[in-house]
Amino acid sequence: MSERSTAVRLRKPRSLAGDAWRDLRRKPIFWISLALVLLVTAMAAVPGLFTSNDPTDCALSRQHAAPSGGAVFGYDFQGCDTYARAVYGARASLLVGALSALLTGAIALVVGMLAGYFGGWVDAVLSRVIDIVLGIPLLLAAIVLLKRVAADSATVRLAAVIFVLAVLGWTTTARVVRSSVISARQQDYVAAARMLGAGNGRIMWRHILPNALAPAVVVLTIALGTFIAAEATLSFLGIGLREPTISWGIDINSGRVHMRESATPLVVPSTFLALTVLAFIMLGDAIRDAFDPKLR
Amino acid sequence: MFRFIVRRLLQMIVAFFGTTLIVYALMFAGQGDPIQALAGERPVTEAQRAYLTEKYHLDATGVGGFFYRYFDYLSNLLRGDLGESLTGRSIGEILAAAWPVTIKLALIAIAVAVIFGVTAGVLAGIRRASIFDNATLLLTLLVLGIPTIVLAPLAQYLLGVKWQLFPPTAGADPDFYALLLPGIVLGSLSLATALRLTRTSVAENLRADYVRTARSKGLPRRRVVSVHVLRNSLIPVITFLGVELGNLMSGAIITEGVFNIPGVGFNLFRGIRTEDGPLVVGIVSVLVVVYLVANLVVDILYAVLDPRIRYE
Amino acid sequence: MSQPTPASATPPGGHLLDLRDLHVEFRTQEGVAKVINGVSYHLDPGETLAVLGESGSGKSVTAQAIMGILDSPPAHITAGQIRYRGRDLLSLSEEQRRQVRGREIAMIFQDALSALNPVFPVGWQIGETLRQRLGMSRADARRRVVELMDLVQIPAASKRLGDYPHQFSGGMRQRVMIAMALAMEPKVLIADEPTTALDVTVQAQIMDLLADLRRDLDMAMILITHDLGVVADVADRIAVMYAGRIVEHADVRSLYRAPAHPYTKGLLDSIPRLDQRGGKLATIRGLPPNLMRIPSGCPFHPRCPYAQQVCVDVVPHDLVLGDGRTSACHFAQEVRDDRTR
Repeated sequence: MSERSTAVRLRKPRSLAGDAWRDLRRKPIFWISLALVLLVTAMAAVPGLFTSNDPTDCALSRQHAAPSGGAVFGYDFQGCDTYARAVYGARASLLVGALSALLTGAIALVVGMLAGYFGGWVDAVLSRVIDIVLGIPLLLAAIVLLKRVAADSATVRLAAVIFVLAVLGWTTTARVVRSSVISARQQDYVAAARMLGAGNGRIMWRHILPNALAPAVVVLTIALGTFIAAEATLSFLGIGLREPTISWGIDINSGRVHMRESATPLVVPSTFLALTVLAFIMLGDAIRDAFDPKLR
Repeated sequence: MFRFIVRRLLQMIVAFFGTTLIVYALMFAGQGDPIQALAGERPVTEAQRAYLTEKYHLDATGVGGFFYRYFDYLSNLLRGDLGESLTGRSIGEILAAAWPVTIKLALIAIAVAVIFGVTAGVLAGIRRASIFDNATLLLTLLVLGIPTIVLAPLAQYLLGVKWQLFPPTAGADPDFYALLLPGIVLGSLSLATALRLTRTSVAENLRADYVRTARSKGLPRRRVVSVHVLRNSLIPVITFLGVELGNLMSGAIITEGVFNIPGVGFNLFRGIRTEDGPLVVGIVSVLVVVYLVANLVVDILYAVLDPRIRYE
Repeated sequence: MSQPTPASATPPGGHLLDLRDLHVEFRTQEGVAKVINGVSYHLDPGETLAVLGESGSGKSVTAQAIMGILDSPPAHITAGQIRYRGRDLLSLSEEQRRQVRGREIAMIFQDALSALNPVFPVGWQIGETLRQRLGMSRADARRRVVELMDLVQIPAASKRLGDYPHQFSGGMRQRVMIAMALAMEPKVLIADEPTTALDVTVQAQIMDLLADLRRDLDMAMILITHDLGVVADVADRIAVMYAGRIVEHADVRSLYRAPAHPYTKGLLDSIPRLDQRGGKLATIRGLPPNLMRIPSGCPFHPRCPYAQQVCVDVVPHDLVLGDGRTSACHFAQEVRDDRTR
């Protein structure tokens, strides 16, 4: 086996990022998921571009009515425009996904950095905490936590969902940050910086953080997808977001209840949700594969 | 081995106290009106208020009162006395009726994951980078990316309502056939994860030095793969499936809710919907214990399967 | 390629094992690495051949080619013959190849901890071929395994059958590997750096054991190593490999007395010697070549103190030096007669 490793070691050195980009460029999945992510982001930012109907303009007289006007998928049980509701649902999903991912990233960077940089008992304690939090079943814990939020205010519920997802979901990213910090800490330039008298804070900020950032962003991209799915699930159960906030999870649940009369109000938000979650997961997966040639 | 189990058991007991304390604190601590918190937004009758006050010793106050109530809750939990739901039914009886259904469902899901996931994973691992491998990878990514709240209702609609291949809902006393579709939906996620895990594990083990040794002994390839590689590759897979079985028993909330299966998750689903605080607290507490025990069993299983752990 | 047969004349009926002009390349995404470029050597019954070289010289790949356990892809045997008792192994079917493995030619590997399967007891692993290939009963196989473990001097063999590889010390694990290789009484034993992963004292014990076993069981042995010090007492002949070629081939005594290739000379000079105190330990300058771009002419020329223009332009053929010695160096005579070491 030693011969093989020699052969691999002796190949022409290329930059990892360059290799990864070359690899990514050829992957249709990368482009498809990237396009979907951009599309959903645009939908969340300017829903008016995609539909001129008001998602809250509902009339029971139009209950399960056939498509007409701008309502390309017809109307749901409440007589709301199914398509318009799905378009406007993107905002809550992406908001929860993105903010949870940001908060997750912040917690993970701090914890992972402290554990990886200082090692020793700091690492031991933080790693145990990570193990414990990782061992908590997410849905059960979210139910317990969110049950306590009785408020109906849309902003409070949104903040609560984001908080709960971040508090329960930061562990995987923290582990990734920790291991990249540990490998960065052993690099020569870090030792050089220390010898030149740079303090811990400066070394962490200037030299180690940039190394930990890229892998963290990849994990967070995937996490963003799972956070969106988790938000929809909690809203589906009635403990996440609530009316009048428009969320795919809420609409899927009401579409499910009335699926025998009309399946479209179930299928449309389901498709939007599934494609969005898939797009983020596939995007993250493709980038990770490109950067990690181990099992290519 | 004995010392390993004892150590692991002690760890579990610590985790048990920690987790139940957290669950309990989150449920009750710092509430304005703990009774209203349990009942959610429903109006509470005087009789219910009196029952809850007595049940949870809500008249004691302060930190001492909190721990008094916590240990009271704990001893009730350990004695299997979970109290009554807001509808006046014994939570213990509700769970006793629900467990067999949930266990049946979880076993179907695990069987699906093992039969299809592990088999396909082994094949994909052996033929890495083949068409089969790439196709299964893409397929599993699809499955992993579609949330259960999409998969379950859609499967129910298409296979149950539209094409009528399966009963769309399970009803009070579901038979195997009624549980099959929900079992497949529930198992699909485990299937995808098991497949990916098996594939990676088999592919890695195929490159291990001991495989070269086995080949140099002149063993047929079939035996090298099916005995040497599989025995090593399946250690993480079996561990995963064990943890997953624990997850499935507690995590079938959506599937059981959608398919109307009267299991544990369904009752939790209903408890959340009807804002039945005591029911939710009772079920969550039991599920946490189940989860901890499942993890313990898996760790011991791991030690049985991997001699390197056993003697540490 | 017409390579003269070195060292000893062909016995009647041919050599036990005879490699002729073997070529192996690794085809990877980054390009084609020419790992073996025309290796020829042979092995006669009862002798020990040491194959010497740095990592990347192709010595292990050659051994794996003989065993037929190269991973393909990336490895491809592009030319040559591996004749065992007159039959070219490369022309056999996989099933016929498999019959040769273990029963005729067996191999032990460098790192016994990773080369043994971690999840099976050692007794099970040693006895596996006995049960699977010789069809022995469990009880018979067990008896034979204890014999084999006694043979390789594992103390309390019958008590340790059920132990797992990680419960043994490094030296004992290597003995388990050896017992496993001997299970079917092979005629040829290939030992691929059998002592590299071990402590120095244990190294000597294992080498002695191998030498004794080879003599007692009347096997032939190929000993692959990068350590010239290891082979002196054990080997009959030495083949030195560099960049997938055999650069020098000689009996042990002559090679130690007067190496005829600058590379061998460099290796010998880099061994610490008791009779030369003080002074700086010589090393070979430069790095082994990139096998995707092997230097023109003599592949050793960028690192060679004797190099001239001819070395850059012309590939040196094996020069026969008498006594069955060969050296693939344009200045083989000069190097041999150079006593500056």
